[in-house]
Amino acid sequence: MQRRTFMKGTLAASGVAVAVSAGLLSPRAVMAAWPKSAFEAKSVPDALSGLGIGTTATSGDIQIKAPDIAENGAVVPVTVKTSIGDVSSISIFAEKNNSPLTSNFNLKGSAQGFVATRIKMQKTSAVIAVVKAGGKAYSARKEVKVTIGGCGG
Amino acid sequence: MAKKTIRLRASNKGGTATVKALITHPMETGLRKDKKTGKKVPAHFIQTVSGKHNGKDVIIAEWSGAISKNPYLSFQFNGANKGDTVELSWSDNMGGSDSASTKVR
Repeated sequence: MQRRTFMKGTLAASGVAVAVSAGLLSPRAVMAAWPKSAFEAKSVPDALSGLGIGTTATSGDIQIKAPDIAENGAVVPVTVKTSIGDVSSISIFAEKNNSPLTSNFNLKGSAQGFVATRIKMQKTSAVIAVVKAGGKAYSARKEVKVTIGGCGG
Repeated sequence: MAKKTIRLRASNKGGTATVKALITHPMETGLRKDKKTGKKVPAHFIQTVSGKHNGKDVIIAEWSGAISKNPYLSFQFNGANKGDTVELSWSDNMGGSDSASTKVR
């Protein structure tokens, strides 16, 4: 029995080593823990579960600043601001993009509940901001009309 | 990288610093087709961006190709003093990376 567990352990360890050497898991990618499954998810709920978020409560304490009509979907400025305290992360979704999760911002230490960036949007849809704070998740949404899509093809 | 890819600014207002950064990067999603060859342009985008205040992590952003070309990022943090160091670094899915630092004004 002991030998068996020992063998299992070494096999698992060598498996990881092989994966690393084969470049399947580059050490840098493992360290950064880029949430691949969340970014490749095709729907907002799937992307949320990829980030380890189950349900979100709609909150009025999140402000999304984005244009009502974005002429160019390739550059949609989005600012997310929240008055919720103890924010651990802010994620920005474009609901109808092929992969809705555009970005996830992990806030640490003295960071304030504020991020601004520019995202690409495939078509008219809602921009959803999900704020994780104190183990709970809150969300807010804003419709953005896109005249020219910004996701290629 | 020979060329500087990050333009960074940090301003201080009542102890709250606002950092603004512009990064030069193509941010290819991997879905776009080259108009001449009809082939897909391979994905090339920034995956992680981290911002530090005096060496301490303030923000770690994880991005996909759905962030616009030549990305803009802004964030805020408390407890800033004039002259503090703000550092920003990024790395992309092709192993490229760069970093820059500035002082809070």
